[in-house]
Amino acid sequence: MTNETLAQYANLGVYSAMVVFTLAMVAFAMDLAGAAPRLSAVAPDIEVQPALVGGGPSVSGTAARIPVEGPDLPRRRKAAGVAMMLTRLGGLLLIAAAAMRGLSVHRPPLGNMFEFALVGCMFVIVVFVAFSLRRDLRWLGLFVVGPVLLTLGLAITVFYTDASELLPSLRSVWLVIHVSVATFSVALFTIAFSVTILHLVKTWLEAQEPEGMSRVRTVVNTALPPARSLDRTAYGIHAVAFPLWTFTLIAGAIWAEQAWGHYWNWDPKEVWTFVIWVIYAAYLHARATTGWSARSANYLALVGYAAILVNYMVVNVFFVGQHSYSGM
Amino acid sequence: MTGSRMDTRPDESDVNQPVLGFVGTGRWAWRQLTSMRTALFLLLLLAIGAVPGSIWPQRNIDAGRVADYLASHRSAGPWLDRLGFFDVYSSPWFAAIYLLLFVSLMGCVVPRSKIHWRAMREQPPRAPGKLERLPEHGQIEVDGAPEDVLQVARDVLRRRHRRVRADGLSLSAESGYLRETGNLVFHVALIVVIAAVAIGHLFGWRGDRILVTGKSFSNTISGYDTFDPGPWVDTAGLSPFTVAVDRLDVTFEEHAGGAQRGAPRDFTAYTRTQASPDAPEIRQTLKVNSPLVFGGASVFLLGNGYAPVITVRDAAGQVLLHEATPFLPQDANYRSVGAVKVSAASPRQLGFFGFFLPSEYLDKNAGPSSFFPDLKNPALALGVYEGELYPQGRPQSVYTLSTEKMTQLKNAKGEPLRLLLKPGQTIALPGGRGSITFDAVQRWAGLSIRYDPGKILALAGAVAALAGLIASLMIRRRRIFVRVRPQGRRTVVSMGGIAKGEDPRLGAIIEDLLGTIAERTGTRARRTDTKAERTGTTV
Repeated sequence: MTNETLAQYANLGVYSAMVVFTLAMVAFAMDLAGAAPRLSAVAPDIEVQPALVGGGPSVSGTAARIPVEGPDLPRRRKAAGVAMMLTRLGGLLLIAAAAMRGLSVHRPPLGNMFEFALVGCMFVIVVFVAFSLRRDLRWLGLFVVGPVLLTLGLAITVFYTDASELLPSLRSVWLVIHVSVATFSVALFTIAFSVTILHLVKTWLEAQEPEGMSRVRTVVNTALPPARSLDRTAYGIHAVAFPLWTFTLIAGAIWAEQAWGHYWNWDPKEVWTFVIWVIYAAYLHARATTGWSARSANYLALVGYAAILVNYMVVNVFFVGQHSYSGM
Repeated sequence: MTGSRMDTRPDESDVNQPVLGFVGTGRWAWRQLTSMRTALFLLLLLAIGAVPGSIWPQRNIDAGRVADYLASHRSAGPWLDRLGFFDVYSSPWFAAIYLLLFVSLMGCVVPRSKIHWRAMREQPPRAPGKLERLPEHGQIEVDGAPEDVLQVARDVLRRRHRRVRADGLSLSAESGYLRETGNLVFHVALIVVIAAVAIGHLFGWRGDRILVTGKSFSNTISGYDTFDPGPWVDTAGLSPFTVAVDRLDVTFEEHAGGAQRGAPRDFTAYTRTQASPDAPEIRQTLKVNSPLVFGGASVFLLGNGYAPVITVRDAAGQVLLHEATPFLPQDANYRSVGAVKVSAASPRQLGFFGFFLPSEYLDKNAGPSSFFPDLKNPALALGVYEGELYPQGRPQSVYTLSTEKMTQLKNAKGEPLRLLLKPGQTIALPGGRGSITFDAVQRWAGLSIRYDPGKILALAGAVAALAGLIASLMIRRRRIFVRVRPQGRRTVVSMGGIAKGEDPRLGAIIEDLLGTIAERTGTRARRTDTKAERTGTTV
């Protein structure tokens, strides 16, 4: 029996979270836009050694375009503070929504595409918030909250499935083990994907002459951490997500053995889980291989994420197999 | 032509290189195959190669869909078939990819194991001359004589490092050997998994049986509807268990609307089992996700359906056939097809072919249909044929009628005769051919019995691979060097560190070690230089 009222409260929670995330996204965007370097007006306050620049009357002309950043002038980042608060609030709303959805059907909310999306978004925000307690991640906020908002929007409209009980083959303790770890590692891959994209953008910007950059590029360039650090962060997240994905694969095989009698039968979902695993394995190997630049390895990571999207949105809905539980 | 090459290594295809002999060519090919580039290429090829199997139907999963696909794609179908797109995972090209990959893997793992074995027993290298040139460096001044301080440093390093080498007034220590160990374990474990899959294919078997409630079956080849043994299975030596299904309870979603309505919610089969003919009879429930286990073989409940009990009598009222006939569900509402073959009928044999509908209604286009999978309005809709049931004794499906030597009975208007029967109803056949009675409805359980002797090994290999993977990704290989020198009555401890690959924590570790050394020597730490602070290793 399902509790319709609770399920509706869960949907209300999702809608509220979407409103909060929209506001958070605006605040994050405002914060990033504020990352523009102070231009000519501030330049005279900074000691520009005439000897270094070349001296003489030409100084003012060059100095006006030198971006000034760093600890000398700490930017007041009120918008980012508001955005982080809103993100935490949205995270709490998502946790509440997932909990109510679970209570309404007396099971973990991991049974159909709507629920995967909801719990996946929840994990993304929880990981982001937890991680931001240890490091300054305000630059990443927009690129985490944005995809989450998009996913929630898709979940509540396109992927929405009425609250209901599960198919018999899904009633197992392995549902919690297999699907929650799968969703969690997809959440990590999502954050890693955002960071990887930012790394590519930053690498591209770092290769350009700062003088010739347009204003938008300068803002983005200033807002993002150095490419090397972005690359290290992306690799670190991938290195955590990959063993979790390996675990997902193994746990899925154990469950398949119990439910269907074979631990591996090349079901479309199994195929794509394997394909994703192989692509990210190739990514990790490429990172460890001299002769492959970090950038070309990172392209592999992007391909891996594309495969994750296919696995979620195409395989669940269009391919015939034993994992056809999309509820659509 | 070397100008366009991206790497600066010597070109292996240089024209003026000495001619390779047979052995030389072999060695060259081996080196190519075991290179990381080739391994990467093969990995990506494996990923791409696996994809078609998820797009096109596969024979090993659903042969019926393959046949449908071939029937509807007359030009492309045969070509795809020739290229193995309907048997991707047993096709030669897919096998070629993974076999090459595993040869490449072996060629990588074996020499690396040797190197690692030697490295684990070797002393770390001597401390380099200038420790401050290493990626991370720190320096403190402590109380005590250099020799005593060196001893303290040695003890401190010992706690976290496998090997510590003393060399005059300097120390070298190395940690993180488990990284490479984990890496090798991961790759060896993958080979174990492949071996386990092969064992399962060679010695495993699977059989399927549709069992109407109230009946039993025993684990012999003749007991199965289909039996699929591996090439090295001794089919005479199957373990002699029996399974009887007394009752099958099925629940469908009645409350939710939309696509969820009618979705299955619970299947429970109440069984009586015997592990061998002499063993005691045990009552067990069999559910989806909880199979019955007999030694190595497991019995899974994978399907269900309806078996209407039908009685056919001749004109004199003599019973020609009385049995529960399984019908196969065709859609989510269990519109099921089946055939009743009355070979005892004379002068011509009779065959009934049609649908069983658990919740019957008449659809304008599709004819008799079902609106719900449970028994809300059960009915049988049958057409009747007479003639020869088994022309030339060819084997045929029990669920369809081979009508090539049969003719369909017509009603008075000359239209094909259609019977619609409700439970308990009897209809007389035209022309004194007797009657058919729909007595009751029973359910059948679709049992699948599997034996896979490789599965435990596969699981062990997979778990070992995961453990090795975690070790290889999380553990860092680091070398720490220490040098002490006297400074008046005190001693300066200089420490440098280097890691394999990027290591954001190296600076913190050096600070930590220096702090511990200061604590042990009873000095309040006084840093004289810390490179970690200067360069700023935070992300």
